[in-house]
Amino acid sequence: MLGKTAGGLFWMFRYLERSENTARLIETGFRIALTRADGDDDEWTSVLQTAAVAHLYFEKYSQIEAAKAIDFLLRDPGNPSSVMSAIAQARQNARLVRTAITREVWEAVNDTYMVLKAALARPVSARDLPEVLALIRQQSALVRGAMHGTMLRNDIFDFCRLGTFLERADNTARILDVKYYVLLPSISQIGSSLDNVQWETILRSVAGMRAYRWITQGETSPMGIADFLIFDTRMPRSLAFSVGKIATNLAYLEQAYQTRHPCHAQIDGLSARLRHGKIERVFEDGLHEFITDFLADVGKLGQQIEADYRFLG
Amino acid sequence: MVRLFETDTMRDTPRFFDEMQQPDGAPRAPYTGYDTWFKGEDLRDLRKKSADAERFFRRTGITFNVYGQAEADERLIPFDLVPRIIAGREWARLTRGIEQRVRAINAFLHDIYHRQEILRAGRIPVELIAKNAAFLPQMIGMAPPGGVYTHIVGVDLVRTSEDEFYVLEDNARTPSGVSYMLENRETMLQMFPELFTRIKVAAVQDYPVNLHRSLAASAPRDCSPDCTVAVLTPGIHNAAYFEHAFLADQMGVELVEGHDIRITGGKVQMRTTQGYKPIDVLYRRVDDDFLDPMNFRPDSLLGVPGVMDVYRAGGITIANAPGTGIADDKAIYSYMPDIVEFYTGEKAILQNVPTWRCSEGDALAYVLDHLSELVVKEVHGSGGYGMLVGPAASKKELAAFRAKLLAKPANYIAQPTLALSTVPILTQAGLAPRHVDLRPFVLVAPDKITITPGGLTRVALKKGSLVVNSSQGGGTKDTWVLEE
Repeated sequence: MLGKTAGGLFWMFRYLERSENTARLIETGFRIALTRADGDDDEWTSVLQTAAVAHLYFEKYSQIEAAKAIDFLLRDPGNPSSVMSAIAQARQNARLVRTAITREVWEAVNDTYMVLKAALARPVSARDLPEVLALIRQQSALVRGAMHGTMLRNDIFDFCRLGTFLERADNTARILDVKYYVLLPSISQIGSSLDNVQWETILRSVAGMRAYRWITQGETSPMGIADFLIFDTRMPRSLAFSVGKIATNLAYLEQAYQTRHPCHAQIDGLSARLRHGKIERVFEDGLHEFITDFLADVGKLGQQIEADYRFLG
Repeated sequence: MVRLFETDTMRDTPRFFDEMQQPDGAPRAPYTGYDTWFKGEDLRDLRKKSADAERFFRRTGITFNVYGQAEADERLIPFDLVPRIIAGREWARLTRGIEQRVRAINAFLHDIYHRQEILRAGRIPVELIAKNAAFLPQMIGMAPPGGVYTHIVGVDLVRTSEDEFYVLEDNARTPSGVSYMLENRETMLQMFPELFTRIKVAAVQDYPVNLHRSLAASAPRDCSPDCTVAVLTPGIHNAAYFEHAFLADQMGVELVEGHDIRITGGKVQMRTTQGYKPIDVLYRRVDDDFLDPMNFRPDSLLGVPGVMDVYRAGGITIANAPGTGIADDKAIYSYMPDIVEFYTGEKAILQNVPTWRCSEGDALAYVLDHLSELVVKEVHGSGGYGMLVGPAASKKELAAFRAKLLAKPANYIAQPTLALSTVPILTQAGLAPRHVDLRPFVLVAPDKITITPGGLTRVALKKGSLVVNSSQGGGTKDTWVLEE
């Protein structure tokens, strides 16, 4: 496989994951805004921070406003992480790697692009937002289904998965990065409605509300939520789960190519930390430091994979 | 019951040969099966199918990019769902003519880059070659692997009556459109499966396999045992990018760009996830000028620096060979009957359109006198640009063209306006005749020539128009060769 193709697959799936994550962040922000009595727009600031586009937003607008934030996250071409930008990038990469993906996957991505381009041609009103967000979810599922149902489990598949899970690990870590303070014991007052809302925000952002309740039988605690998002390998958006998938796919590549690269040593370190870590220890040493280190390591791992498999040169 | 033809309002225009219908309205022999089927169909259903087809093409991404326009401008080439049908017997005759012509083109190219016997014999003026930009001195004395110059050829044919076909032009550089031939058939199979059980149509789906086999058969002698073929594209913004990706995909080979390639150890190598791997055969969809910045245009970012040197040393096959443009130049075209005779010793089976070379004084005088009846083309033009269709031109356009012609006569050739045959398309009102041409695709390997039955039928969608180019509002049709 060409290095360029591996890079195209990797980025195609990173962008697909990103579009879905951005949509989920919008959904969370929207839901919180609806259910909160005071109705201020602070929640949108942290949503923009989580998506790592707050600085871009404030270059364009002077104030936080729900409608503007939603539009910026959903369709602004100046925001590279907006749903529409991410889908357009995913499709551009798909065109580049057309020979490596099945017709079904290409058509699902192309179809998603066309459907969303039509749905997002104009600003989306609050009334239509739930439907549009549902459409985005549905389209993502379509691409994922086509991929799982039709693609060979070979190096091509591995590079797709690496893109998906690097992006996902990064996204979940960023949610924790922006919200870590509400999980700190010193600030949280058990049972206060403010904390309940904040915790709900975190769980919704990773589509983990129901799963968390199911696992804990309704017992909500900040340390429990952090444990769930960081160490729970049953949770498909947790750091441990994502890192586990990255490790598996890198191991497949090592086997297929009979070559061990520096990225393999990096992922081994990251895996070990998550496998043997304990949430109590993380809180003792500092949740924020843990997350900051993790984000830096994931960033480095991405660059190393890019170099080891010659995405660029 | 469907009305077969919209009211004929072209009373003043001459009658054209319609391939489906005889003047009395009865279907011609190849169309009888289709005609029966069509008459049992509901026009509204068919129009809905037509819209389905467009959605199918968009979804599949069978689009072409328009140069210099935003990403939004990925256009569809309109597809018409009435097939163009050719009888098996007619096709057999055409293939003999095409094969003869393609053999002659390859022999001509070999001669032009070696002993130039045809120039010595005085059959072609020397300056036509010497002053031709498509002639590459880098190819002199060079023998391409397997002796093949044009691995892929598209021979554009037009029909004017029951038995008369003409070659309009030869495409010996990098003919495009074959992906449309394949996807049109795929679309028809999806939309009208029952038609293909009623009518036996020769399959076209083997083209990618044949292409791969044909390219691999032309590999250099010291090629690795599992010969590696790759398709070289100028990139994602090229108008024909879809086709490049499609062909690479269908052949199961890599689609490379210049920056994926470097030359080491005398081999052209591509950057893979496991290091650099040699390429044995490069099916390039990059023009000669851009192929190698070290040997041709130094400002090209699309090509592979030094690939010509590897080629000349026998380290790689380039398909089509550089410099084949000398054979499909419009000025050379007029000599094709001589070229066929010179190299095959036989009369050309396929006719050439009579052509006036405006570089010759008598011819120029005739062309200027008859401008309103003729089609005038630029010698190096393509895509239907820079062309005058006399009968359709206004007085002003004629005057403007006359001036251009006088300024640079050698730049032009002229041909009579051919009464191109028509095949019906589906319009709002029912079937309506439109002019068509045909581009069959020919694969040349050292040991054999393979011609896919049918090819790409291009159709002028505008009533009365003779210009079928997709860049000028033309569409395409599925082309059927009947198995008899």
